[in-house]
Amino acid sequence: MRRAACSIQAGSSETGSDMSESVRFRFNVDGSNFTTAGQASVQVKKNLRELGIPADAIRRVSIAMYEGEINMVIHAHGGEAEVIVFEDRIEIILSDRGPGIPNIELAMKEGYSTAPDNIRSLGFGAGMGLPNMKRYTDDMKIETELGKGTTITMTVRF
Amino acid sequence: MTVKELAEHEGFEPVCLPEPERVIEGGYCGDLLSWVMGRAKTAQAWVTIMSNVNIAAVATLCDVAVIVLSENVSPDAGVRETAEARGINIIKTPMPTFEAAALISTLI
Repeated sequence: MRRAACSIQAGSSETGSDMSESVRFRFNVDGSNFTTAGQASVQVKKNLRELGIPADAIRRVSIAMYEGEINMVIHAHGGEAEVIVFEDRIEIILSDRGPGIPNIELAMKEGYSTAPDNIRSLGFGAGMGLPNMKRYTDDMKIETELGKGTTITMTVRF
Repeated sequence: MTVKELAEHEGFEPVCLPEPERVIEGGYCGDLLSWVMGRAKTAQAWVTIMSNVNIAAVATLCDVAVIVLSENVSPDAGVRETAEARGINIIKTPMPTFEAAALISTLI
């Protein structure tokens, strides 16, 4: 069974123009097993605590990332997650090669879900995933292409 | 009130208590994990009938003090081990969610 694998890298940021020091965490999100879903988010929470990030920011990152992780497992057979820690913000980039999101506006609506019944019986599929991700982050960008996949970039400032 | 004190109270039974001295500072009831994720707060007692292993992840991320399984629900296989490893306290009770939450509210 392929499990969430994490690699940590510290170095200069290539994102944006500030070129400040950043720490990156990368994860493969296993799409085959619900029992391991959330591993990456739990690990990120632990890592952010060790870095001394404010508790509220850790909570927001954890919630947003967990929702994203669950979405990748439900809809896209897994994917990749990258978390970049800057001095004043955290960026979360979730990318998958799933079916894409046909109607983003609908998907963003609280209560709207395309999750199957077996997923709902586990307590997911309430149609709160993307809305929670937006609610708990300062910026969220969705790039999706039908049949190709989806990349979601979120920022939490602190 | 600590989680250990709640576990010892009549009507409650410990499932696993890796961090028994955590203090309960409120409560939240809910079974939809995304809903709980967005609303449960640090140090609360989370009362639910959901028993699959994902409750351990939600409890970890929300940093609740304890999961209280109501209606005599038992955790699924592997939940206890995962909870132990992550420092998540779990208690069970035969009471329905409403009664469990009402009692916890008077105790804390």
